[in-house]
Amino acid sequence: MRADAVERVDTGSIVLLVLAAWLVPGSGHLWLGRRAKGLVFLVALTAMFAVGLALGGRLFPFESSQPLVFLAAAADVAAGLPYFGAWVLGWGQGQVAAVSYEYANAFLIVAGLLNMLVLLDVYDTAVGRR
Amino acid sequence: MTSHFLLMLLFAFFVALVFAMLMKDQPRDQVRFGVIVFGGFVVSALVLGWLMYPLPF
Repeated sequence: MRADAVERVDTGSIVLLVLAAWLVPGSGHLWLGRRAKGLVFLVALTAMFAVGLALGGRLFPFESSQPLVFLAAAADVAAGLPYFGAWVLGWGQGQVAAVSYEYANAFLIVAGLLNMLVLLDVYDTAVGRR
Repeated sequence: MTSHFLLMLLFAFFVALVFAMLMKDQPRDQVRFGVIVFGGFVVSALVLGWLMYPLPF
């Protein structure tokens, strides 16, 4: 089983695969031919991140003096290109006074964390563990 | 959208959807698992909400 998986995706490609899976949610599964999963992850995680931004969420900065803010920033970055796109466009400043602010942050952070789980699933699939 | 309940439903939907696709491979299993996770989120939130209702802070 593992040998078959390695034949399907060679070791050198795995790094590229994981990088792609991080940058574009769902792309790793699409690469491996798991279209349904890939499309669902692409739509769901991107939509979740977009909802977080639309509700007034904040893309947290990397502040080492505040560990929780630092972790939130890491989770935001885990969303991949949606994060960088929003950052370049200046979105995600955060509307602290908005009633949906905390929920928005939950959407942004969890979208990134879920993308990390998806990324691990891609890796497991590529090396034949699944 | 300012309804916390609707936002909670939306959040639970997304998370249940991703969990179901991650954990199960067969469509039937995915639907069943997704419904269970979604229901778990909603019921837990309602129960915890009512339990915290009397708290003064």
